[in-house]
Amino acid sequence: MKTFKGGIHLEYHKELTAGKPIRDAKEPKTAVIHLSQGGAICQPLVKVGDPVKVGQKLGDSDKLISAPVHSSVSGKVTAIENAPHPSGAVSKAVYIESDGKSEKAESIRNISVREAGIVGMGGGSFPAHIKLNPTIGHNIDTVILNGAECEPYITCDHALMLEEPRSIVEGLMGILNTVGAKHGIIAIEDNKPDAYKKIKDAVGQTNIRAVLVETKYPEGGEKELVYALLKREVPSGGFPMDIGCIVSNVGTAHAINRSQKTGMPLTERVITVTGAVKNPSNLRVKVGTRIIDLIDDCGGFAGNPKKVILGGPMMGITQHTLETPIAKCTTCVLVLDEKDVKLFEEQSCIRCCRCVDTCPVQLMPNFLADYSQNEMYAKAIDNGAMDCIECGICSYVCPTRRELVHWIKLAKAKKAKK
Amino acid sequence: MSQFSLTHAPHVRAKEDSARIMTWTISALLPAAIAGIYLFGRNSIVLIASSIIAAVLTEYLMLFLRGKKALTADVLSAVITGLLLAMVITSATPWWMAVLGAVFAISIVKHAFGGLGFNIFNPALAARAFMLASWPVIMTTWPRPFDMATGATHLALVKSKMLEMSIMNMPGHIDTYWQLFTGSRGGSLGETSVIALLIGAVFLLVKEVIDWRIPVSFLLTVAALSALFGADPIFQIMAGGLILGAFFMATDPVTKPMGRAGRWIFGAGCGAVTVVIRLLGGYPEGVCYAILIMNGFTPLIDRYVIDRVYGHGIKKIKNKINDKRHN
Repeated sequence: MKTFKGGIHLEYHKELTAGKPIRDAKEPKTAVIHLSQGGAICQPLVKVGDPVKVGQKLGDSDKLISAPVHSSVSGKVTAIENAPHPSGAVSKAVYIESDGKSEKAESIRNISVREAGIVGMGGGSFPAHIKLNPTIGHNIDTVILNGAECEPYITCDHALMLEEPRSIVEGLMGILNTVGAKHGIIAIEDNKPDAYKKIKDAVGQTNIRAVLVETKYPEGGEKELVYALLKREVPSGGFPMDIGCIVSNVGTAHAINRSQKTGMPLTERVITVTGAVKNPSNLRVKVGTRIIDLIDDCGGFAGNPKKVILGGPMMGITQHTLETPIAKCTTCVLVLDEKDVKLFEEQSCIRCCRCVDTCPVQLMPNFLADYSQNEMYAKAIDNGAMDCIECGICSYVCPTRRELVHWIKLAKAKKAKK
Repeated sequence: MSQFSLTHAPHVRAKEDSARIMTWTISALLPAAIAGIYLFGRNSIVLIASSIIAAVLTEYLMLFLRGKKALTADVLSAVITGLLLAMVITSATPWWMAVLGAVFAISIVKHAFGGLGFNIFNPALAARAFMLASWPVIMTTWPRPFDMATGATHLALVKSKMLEMSIMNMPGHIDTYWQLFTGSRGGSLGETSVIALLIGAVFLLVKEVIDWRIPVSFLLTVAALSALFGADPIFQIMAGGLILGAFFMATDPVTKPMGRAGRWIFGAGCGAVTVVIRLLGGYPEGVCYAILIMNGFTPLIDRYVIDRVYGHGIKKIKNKINDKRHN
């Protein structure tokens, strides 16, 4: 079985939503479309009071790394103001009151990936057209589609692979043609044999292979997947294109294919709403739908909700309000019950080496955290803090409950500020 | 205030905390401790009890003096130190010596350096060295199992060339191995029964409490160097405190290096020093000093032996124009 060095086996809890069909979420009364959804923040192109249609461009930017944002509903712009962002910060967003008619804007023939506003749908949110236009001098031989979905609870990619295997494969073929690569690989963890079979059938006799990878966190990490499949390492500070490959998400490939077929930009995506809700589901959701609407759609909370997380339990971000809207890259709304939320006090390191032995990029998280805690950020950077993929394994395994990944992230943030 | 708890990722944690890991370590030591009691009689129980009690009380006192809260992990780590100390001294030791040793281990070796996680030397082994220096005669009095008549250990016999001769006579050969394996021989309280120690070691390896690299490199180095010096490698591995030291002392998380390469070097260094002391030095046994000496090198190893991080030293593929695309 193909895999990478390090990593851990987690309790996956995917049974809550695995195999459930994707259903359409209810049309939101108000859509909150963030102007910052991958790349530079966009400038609004609409004013308060303007009527908008589904697929109409709401904002764009002239920065290199950016992608436009589009309306997911038809109706009227009611405000352009700060709203809670999935990242935990606040950011400018366009509020649209839906008229419920879903009137569509005119479709665009041969819509470009940038104009379709497509970003990395696996959570990375990096504008997709940048990845698909590797700078001259990069010889891309392999494009990898990530269908590993290694985070616990999340099943949106799984559901997509079951229901839209052809679209995913066609999307990958499009990417292969665009970048001139010979090989395509769709990687799926071996806990999803049904998805593997569907994809394998859809692939048929092409230059694309469906490959099973070991179910181990973080198998779906870009660096880990490249190593597992090709035994190549992404150079420190570099990108997969530096070693001749591109890694994209199955959701992104599907979105690209869909926009090519319909001429419409990206306005909806599949997400998993799971955990302490009455009816955990895989939902097709309009971008900008607020968490509170999705919780209602899934029958409301079950038990005592204590944490609301956008993303998975290992890397997701806790939300202080249910007003936060879904962004293009949001994969999951996870509600954790009080009994599953434990708060710990940090103790001193006993040097057990669990973080060292499980780190998927072979860092020494304990030392990096020590440096960061003592404000020796430069030393943390010297020892490889920038190579950290922030998967959270070190904090997960630490028997003394040190917040290792948090301290490493702090060192990285301090470096970025300089 | 929000009704929701706001924390940074990850939002789930492993079940194993330090208290659980230490409980496993204690359980893994029990077979050898019980074997020791069976072999060496009532004074063994007295030694184990007095050593553990003294260690735990000293731990509480030191934490109180340093103004710290006593956590479960602190107390359990003191239990391990007390138990290990009793296991590495001879069963002829009077109980008050064990108490003084445990007090020394916890107060000087552990807390003077900052308590749990900060000590440079293994507390139990440092205390054994302290006791050996203070009471050299009693600490090298080795009662034989069951009859308690004192005699020399196997390693001491080899040192004085007595056992070597008996090994040459083939009938004694397999008997010697059997004695070492079952523990029916002179030696420290908990070091003699190889089989009991291995049961605990396998448990710790399965639970991933200890790292396999250190015992493997330790034992292999001892075997290889012994063979090089013309000694019997199998005998050298089973004799003395090597099994106890390699699986339970050298693997002490606090005093071993953190890196993978560092752990190999540490284990090999322990093995080399052990063989040098045993075969070339003045003492019959060298495991205790070998581990203590390598403990001293741990900070140095941690600083200079660093594992390669993913993607370091990898060259970017550059300046290859993709002909197909630009034609």
